[in-house]
Amino acid sequence: MPHTVYFFGTCLIDTLFPRAGLAAMQLLRRAGVRVIFPQGQTCCGQPAYNSGYRDEARAVARAQLDAFPADLPVVVPSASCAGMLKVQYPLLFADTAGAARAEAFAARVVELADFLVRVLDVRLTDLGPPIRVAVHNSCSARRELGVADATMDLLGRLARVELVEPERAAECCGFGGAFSVKQPEIAAAMAADKARAILATGAAVLVGQDCGCLMNLGGTLARQGGGPLVRHLAEFIWERTHRDD
Amino acid sequence: MTTEFRLAIGAALGRDRVRANIRRAMDGLVVKRREAFPDPQEREGLRDEGAAIRGEAVARLPELLEELERTCTGNGIQVHWAETGADANRIVLGILRAAGANAILKGKSMVSEEMGLNEFLQGQGIEALETDLGEIIIQLAHEAPSHIIAPAIHKDRAEVAALFREHFPDQPPAQQIEELTALARTVMRERFRGMTAGLSGVNFAVAETGTLCLVENEGNGRLCTTLPDVHIAVMGIEKVVARLDQVPTLLTLLTRSATGQPITTYVNMISGPRRAGEKDGPTAVHLILLDNGRSRIHADPELSATLRCIRCAACMNHCPVYARLGGHAYGTVYPGPIGSILEPQLQGLAVRGEMADASSLCGACAEVCPVRIPIPRLLNRLRYEAVSTRAASPTLGHGSRRLAVQSGIWRLWSWTCAHPRAYRALTGLLGRLHRWQPTRLPPWTDTREAPRVAPASLHRLARAAGVADRA
Repeated sequence: MPHTVYFFGTCLIDTLFPRAGLAAMQLLRRAGVRVIFPQGQTCCGQPAYNSGYRDEARAVARAQLDAFPADLPVVVPSASCAGMLKVQYPLLFADTAGAARAEAFAARVVELADFLVRVLDVRLTDLGPPIRVAVHNSCSARRELGVADATMDLLGRLARVELVEPERAAECCGFGGAFSVKQPEIAAAMAADKARAILATGAAVLVGQDCGCLMNLGGTLARQGGGPLVRHLAEFIWERTHRDD
Repeated sequence: MTTEFRLAIGAALGRDRVRANIRRAMDGLVVKRREAFPDPQEREGLRDEGAAIRGEAVARLPELLEELERTCTGNGIQVHWAETGADANRIVLGILRAAGANAILKGKSMVSEEMGLNEFLQGQGIEALETDLGEIIIQLAHEAPSHIIAPAIHKDRAEVAALFREHFPDQPPAQQIEELTALARTVMRERFRGMTAGLSGVNFAVAETGTLCLVENEGNGRLCTTLPDVHIAVMGIEKVVARLDQVPTLLTLLTRSATGQPITTYVNMISGPRRAGEKDGPTAVHLILLDNGRSRIHADPELSATLRCIRCAACMNHCPVYARLGGHAYGTVYPGPIGSILEPQLQGLAVRGEMADASSLCGACAEVCPVRIPIPRLLNRLRYEAVSTRAASPTLGHGSRRLAVQSGIWRLWSWTCAHPRAYRALTGLLGRLHRWQPTRLPPWTDTREAPRVAPASLHRLARAAGVADRA
């Protein structure tokens, strides 16, 4: 078991959902892992990369390679950003001077739930009341990284949580980064359908591992009024398993 | 920016009946495909084989096409090369004029849609009669196919019934599916009589043997290719495969991915015109090989994976964007994920580059593609080509979608995120200003609440909590 890990907070968690980031670091620490949060980290570069601006994305990516120099795992509380770091960086740097470095870095990247389940095999003591939770596994978790099972496994370790997946669980929520701005009508139609499916589960909380999806779905549900609470996986688990002393 | 595409999207999203029809049909096709591949290990193995076979065909395209021309010619098939759709149309016209045909029976062919053949022939006073049920329906409705294997998928039974009532008033009224297909059969049978020429597409052309493989479910393809004296087959140059023993793998991948069938009702292996002593079959078979931009796609080692496609439509059946828009909104012959990588390359990024943006890159298409085309990666690549400043690229219209303001914003964003101090200063400022954050951020807030900027960033909270900054 690794003694020390890096934590890559992601820019969305950094600016909009920092409590999810703190909760993730708490979960790691409680499992006996020392956490390093390099202040030099910023964004994985995905927004520019998926908009076609590869040179601009590469400049940002280089800064991340610089920020995590030691040979330690890089734990990421987002499958989408983890996918960028782990799967896309080697492609982004292919045939450039940074190729070997990007490959070595990519090999160290682990998505949070995957790390908590597969590497740390954490035990969770559920302190909350019985509750029904809808899980939204992101497209990156499901298809790019294949860590959706780890998320379900992790949440399944909470004894009093009933997990449900909405109808058409594997379908995209319509966020897609720049997609939701460039094609807002399609994105909104996708989000509306997903929100309807989530409401139909009757769950009290919607949990996911990607703040992009959660921001999209949470924003859509909030506009409609009512609906479940929306929580990042780490924050949800931390809230249910930690005792205020 | 409100483009034609965006307007079409808005209109498509407003058509509730069409949306419901498409969604229902797509859901059905998704289930059928899933059930057709009960063993995931077998499925993945087949996809590996399919990718390898088609990969080989694309890699060896020039030599395989030469071999195909040789073997087809040896079989008595007359081979024609067409650079553009217009060239292919002229070749068809020449063949029809020589045969004295004033009408042509058509089996389903997307390449003929690419050529705009029906309109072209109409302009020349030649009638093109569609024979595939879906194609008949949309020809009656004066529409284009909305799906590459199920062209009338956007229509429901009641709409088809109304269309048939209008166009075939002499026939007994039909309501149920069986009645509607029976009516179409009665009408079509008459059409087949005494026709001089028939046209078909090609699913695979075997270089080794000069065989044209054509799959279909209605028997209309067999009638179009055997009943008339002249059979004209049209195909994109990428449809060639090296060997006959590769066809079974591709066939099973195609039919299972497309409709969930273990095999289609009809599988036609066409290897030439009627031979001496044979009782039926056309006396002349022509094969038109259409390039129409495919050679340009072939010139790019990464994007050439587009040419592996076997046109099963599984990508559109599984696409959340296609499921909501249907095919017509794209305004192109090929819609959905495959269309979104193919059309920008065929027509150029300046004209169709926007299609590459109409994807959340969710990856559902690549997950089901029987020949493992990495569609999201190619979409990303096309987005790059669209704004790239590289001097040379085989992709038509590269750099044509680069806008000064947009690229300026990305450069500024990039500089900020590449300089952690600047990034922290900016996020710190945003946090301090969080109370004044605007609540309206269109288009995001047109349908959603805006996320709230946190007063303190994770960077700040981590530092305040004494989290180590370095190893």
